[in-house]
Amino acid sequence: MHAIEVERLTKRYGDVLAVDAIDFAVASGETLGLLGGNGAGKTTTIAMLLGLLIPTAGRIRVLGHDMAHDRFAALARMNFSSPYVALPQRLTVAQNLRVYGHLYGVRGLERRIVGLADELELTEFLHRRAGQLSAGQKTRVALAKALINRPEVLLLDEPTASLDPDTGDWVRTWLERYRAETGCTILLASHNMAEVERLCSHVLMLKAGRIVDRGSPDDLLTRYLREDLEEVFLDIARDRRQATPA
Amino acid sequence: MSGSPFRRVSAMLYRHLALYRGSWPRLLELAYWPVLQMLIWGFTATFTAGRMGTGPGMMAAGALLGGVLLWEVALRSQMGVAISFMEEMWSRNLGHIFVSPLRPWELVAALLGMSVIRMLAGVLPAIGVAYFLYAFNLFTLGPILVLFFANLMIMGWWVSLGVVSLILRHGSGAEALAWSVLFGLTPFAAVFYPVAVLPHAMRVVAFLVPASHVFEGMRGVLLDGVVRWNELVAAFVLNVAWTLAAGVLFARQLRQARLRGALLSVGE
Repeated sequence: MHAIEVERLTKRYGDVLAVDAIDFAVASGETLGLLGGNGAGKTTTIAMLLGLLIPTAGRIRVLGHDMAHDRFAALARMNFSSPYVALPQRLTVAQNLRVYGHLYGVRGLERRIVGLADELELTEFLHRRAGQLSAGQKTRVALAKALINRPEVLLLDEPTASLDPDTGDWVRTWLERYRAETGCTILLASHNMAEVERLCSHVLMLKAGRIVDRGSPDDLLTRYLREDLEEVFLDIARDRRQATPA
Repeated sequence: MSGSPFRRVSAMLYRHLALYRGSWPRLLELAYWPVLQMLIWGFTATFTAGRMGTGPGMMAAGALLGGVLLWEVALRSQMGVAISFMEEMWSRNLGHIFVSPLRPWELVAALLGMSVIRMLAGVLPAIGVAYFLYAFNLFTLGPILVLFFANLMIMGWWVSLGVVSLILRHGSGAEALAWSVLFGLTPFAAVFYPVAVLPHAMRVVAFLVPASHVFEGMRGVLLDGVVRWNELVAAFVLNVAWTLAAGVLFARQLRQARLRGALLSVGE
């Protein structure tokens, strides 16, 4: 059973082909990594998966719902986090979570907020304004917002960007545990190769809007004869070396 | 787990009310301009009435103050929608909102709800100033006042839907319109004078502006003591037509924004 199915997905802005007829599927409970340089099409792909952006061509199904015609049914069961958007800075953490809890129709909302705050170590910040938090605390709040509706599909765009190594590791550990406990399907776009290697069971390598390679992190390392995904990434980005046949 | 439209609209109202609860400059701004307008025009009307003599002077002053107060209803309603939308833009929250189960019409409903709250918070103090400083009671217009209010609020709403559409299309470059666009319609709205004093070409434009019919109606009640139902019907029909047009424009610009990917970057 696939949580996300993408067929011939294309996005064109005038003469620029941002995403070029990509196909992929993410099995339920799997964590898929989208890897690629700036402008490779990661954020555009995520925006199309969320319905923020209308594709030029192709088809997206999330949890069985066609995103072109039935996106709100899917959106209620998904959530996302991205550094390109923010939560209202003048609202407290609790107020922000309450707004999104109501938008997603969460039952037992106050209990859910207290529980999430406890899990994400946010309890002491619940009544502090979002704008007064550190980058690491804001990331945890963004994560709490992304998890408020117990999403079956979670889209994370660079979830640990701008975090120090300690906080970044805390977030990665937390995500690993959350996926294991809930069976949530995660699609992760990141520039952090170690993060992708650690969290993802499959990886799509994007370049200029196309999928240029795919596989598990181990599979990619084996085929490119490399020690880590960063080297694989550079091989692909700089056209340095072709993968050996699988 | 998707909740009800009522719950989602309430969530957005809660979001904005929480913002005002934590920001006294925003609260002050709501009533500042309407009260200031009333102070300036109130003393002007008092001075003019004194020069004109008791009878005609009082009637002219009443029409002027009624015009100021009712025009604020349209202005505050329009700004209520546009500024509430821009608050989402300024806080970079639109991306979160548009990937939640909140439907676009529910977002519009929440913006309209905030517009009513903002309008009342601005206009009621001005009505109080008019009553206590100048002994002008807007409520002497009677129950018809509700229809005047409703028509002017609806006009503010469709104008603001047009402004929001332009913001979706042009980003922050169109923000200034939220404060200025309705002022541009003031000459055609016949707020302080009858449509008859306008040159013919301007009368044609005024005829298409619902507010001009509302203010003709208001002067009918204040100066002649008659309710001009034909003016109210004209205002209502025009409001329906303009609202439909603004709704189509909004839906089209929202779709265009989703085609261009502007919902992640609107504001820039």
